[in-house]
Amino acid sequence: MKFLGFVWASLWRKKTRTLFTILSLVSAFLLFGLLQALSAFFTSGADFVGASRLIVQSRVSFTESLPIRLMPQIEAVPGVKAVHHDQWFGGVLDENTQTIAFASNPRQLKIVYPEWVMTDAEWEAFANTKTGAIVGRNLADKRGWKVGDKLPLKSNIFPQKDGNMAWSFDIVGIFDGKDQNWQNQTSSIYLNWAYFNEANQFGEGFAGVYAVLLDDVERANEVAQAIDKLFLNSPDETKTQSEKDFNKGFFAQIGDIGLIVKLILIAVFFTIVILTGNTMAQAVRERIPEMAVLKTIGFSNGQVTRLVLAESLVLCFVGGLLGMGLASLLMSGLSRGMPQFFGAISADAALWTQALLAMALLALAVGLPPALRAGRLRIVDALAER
Amino acid sequence: MLKQIAETVALNLRSIPQRLGLSLVIVVGIAGVVGVFTALFAMSRGIEATFEASGDARNAIVMRGGSQAELNSTVNRETLQVAERTPGLRRAANGEPLASGELIVIAELPRKGGTLGANVTLRGITPHGFELRPDLKIVEGRRFSPGLLELTVGRGAANQFEGLEVGRTVRLRSADWTVVGIFESGDAFESEIFTDAATAQTAWGRPNTFSTVLVGLESPESLESFEAALKVDPRVNVEAKRQNDYYAEQTRETTRAIRFLGLVVATIMGIGAVFAALNTMYAAVSARTREIATLRAIGFRAIPVVTSVLIEAMLLALVGGLIGALLAYVLFNGMTVSTLGSGFTQLVFAFKVTPGLVRDGVLIALAIGFLGGLFPAVRAARLPVTTALRAG
Repeated sequence: MKFLGFVWASLWRKKTRTLFTILSLVSAFLLFGLLQALSAFFTSGADFVGASRLIVQSRVSFTESLPIRLMPQIEAVPGVKAVHHDQWFGGVLDENTQTIAFASNPRQLKIVYPEWVMTDAEWEAFANTKTGAIVGRNLADKRGWKVGDKLPLKSNIFPQKDGNMAWSFDIVGIFDGKDQNWQNQTSSIYLNWAYFNEANQFGEGFAGVYAVLLDDVERANEVAQAIDKLFLNSPDETKTQSEKDFNKGFFAQIGDIGLIVKLILIAVFFTIVILTGNTMAQAVRERIPEMAVLKTIGFSNGQVTRLVLAESLVLCFVGGLLGMGLASLLMSGLSRGMPQFFGAISADAALWTQALLAMALLALAVGLPPALRAGRLRIVDALAER
Repeated sequence: MLKQIAETVALNLRSIPQRLGLSLVIVVGIAGVVGVFTALFAMSRGIEATFEASGDARNAIVMRGGSQAELNSTVNRETLQVAERTPGLRRAANGEPLASGELIVIAELPRKGGTLGANVTLRGITPHGFELRPDLKIVEGRRFSPGLLELTVGRGAANQFEGLEVGRTVRLRSADWTVVGIFESGDAFESEIFTDAATAQTAWGRPNTFSTVLVGLESPESLESFEAALKVDPRVNVEAKRQNDYYAEQTRETTRAIRFLGLVVATIMGIGAVFAALNTMYAAVSARTREIATLRAIGFRAIPVVTSVLIEAMLLALVGGLIGALLAYVLFNGMTVSTLGSGFTQLVFAFKVTPGLVRDGVLIALAIGFLGGLFPAVRAARLPVTTALRAG
């Protein structure tokens, strides 16, 4: 520790070189932070979703709507506490902005998704208003909607009976999330399914995908198998999995893009190791006579090695921490500015741990070879600049 | 003056081997930037190329008004009949108007070597569907037979999903379907599974419905009159789009996102590389302080000195850029990957490293080399001759 001042001073011996090296490290770790967060987003998706619910989808694919007549049968399965259903509406705002909108069962939504927070009066209004719709806080704020407004929503799938794709729902509630993670997801719309059911041109009975609240999370597998068995060999075979697995499966489909992001990270790091390693080696080369002087005045080989290594550690950590700081600033900006896309992206403890580990590894990789070389120097050769 | 420039440049370049380690910094740094840039943009080019190949300007997709995507659209049998009778269509080999009713559904199949399922597009087509896709070639087995539970699958889908081999069966909608053929088409359809429209309608319980009607136009220009004639028909509520326009729209969002990512990554890496290049060139200048001062003392002017340093930096950058582009080409060109395409289904595409991308990559490299060389070059020219001559 007492040599920290010395290490710092020798780093700044060549001001421009150190500055530029630090700046390229900053850009490397800025990328590291952003890309790691992105790949975590691809691989884990909405990790905060609990395991307390099952999702029942059509076995063919989740875009295939299950009929509403399955509901009482699912409700009767032992271990099922409550059943909710969401029909993807194909919601479109403005000319062409796709929006997450579901035709849902208001009373069941409240029970099965307690993560959505709204006043009792609003829940009542949603259940009792035929053309009722509730909107997430983020979306409502962004669009300036309030309770009582008409919802200017079109569907790109379901026409009304008269063939009109524009629907007229009334906003009767604005919901929040129970915590920050859920608040970030409040960009969706729920519509009163009963009205959708009777007014759409394709006929009644589309329930979409079922969400099942369990009595006991421990029995999730058992209940899922019981539900699937119920509909085996019927035209509406089901595939039941936990909500977490459902989300994971969805994100897994993005597939190779996540892998490519990882490849890029490796390329970035490889490049940086070579660049910084070279700079470090050069810095040591230039100071060989200096090292010899240090040894002459009594520094041991080990001490000289440690001094050079310390320089590389300081360099990598200063650059790395600045870069990561910048990355987390940028990410918090992104997640606040566009919560619907980047809400889940953040510089959490795991990311910082990875980054600190990467800084230490980098420092060793680039610092160790010149440090060992400096330690092995023979005073006579070094002073003679041989 | 030109002679002076040429001489100093030659002098610099000949001394590069003495500073090999340092020069490598520029080469490697820039190779990294250009490699990553080229790879990411090759990915977005690959997606675009796949969709461009899928769209023939002489075909048009008829969808229900406001549907935006094939998957959202529903039309009835009458729409097919109306479209067939609307003027402006070219004729099939058998003299009938060229039109195919197509039912598009999504099926979830297990991916090869994994337990998780992924979505694949299953397209039921009527007989003219093949004639409307002349690029589609059966490479193994045969076409499906109408009325039977048979599938003809695209090469991309076959490579990606478990069990899509000729002779094997897959279970869909509680029925066993036999794979009877594999086709190649070099476009987005290769990621799909084809079957008979009527069979798919029965299996999915959607009698007499299609998602879209694909028609062959007499010429790309006949779209306007064809669509106008359809729009006034009270029996249908549809819009028609040229097939190539439709696919261009479908891919826009994805490619825009990948390009954005590519630009952000390349910019940040590029900034890092500029600093690395600055480091190298400052070091190069300081290593040659005495040499430069000598040149100045014997009458070389500032401009040749500046130019020589700049040219050195840019030449190194050029080498780095070419290496990066070459690496991206060797590693990625033609590599097929899959991701979530429009309509929640898997899209298989191949990276495309085009000459245009290589050119852009090299331009980026030269720009980095220029920025990295400029300030050191100016410093070299400003060295006070007398002190510099005395430098160690």
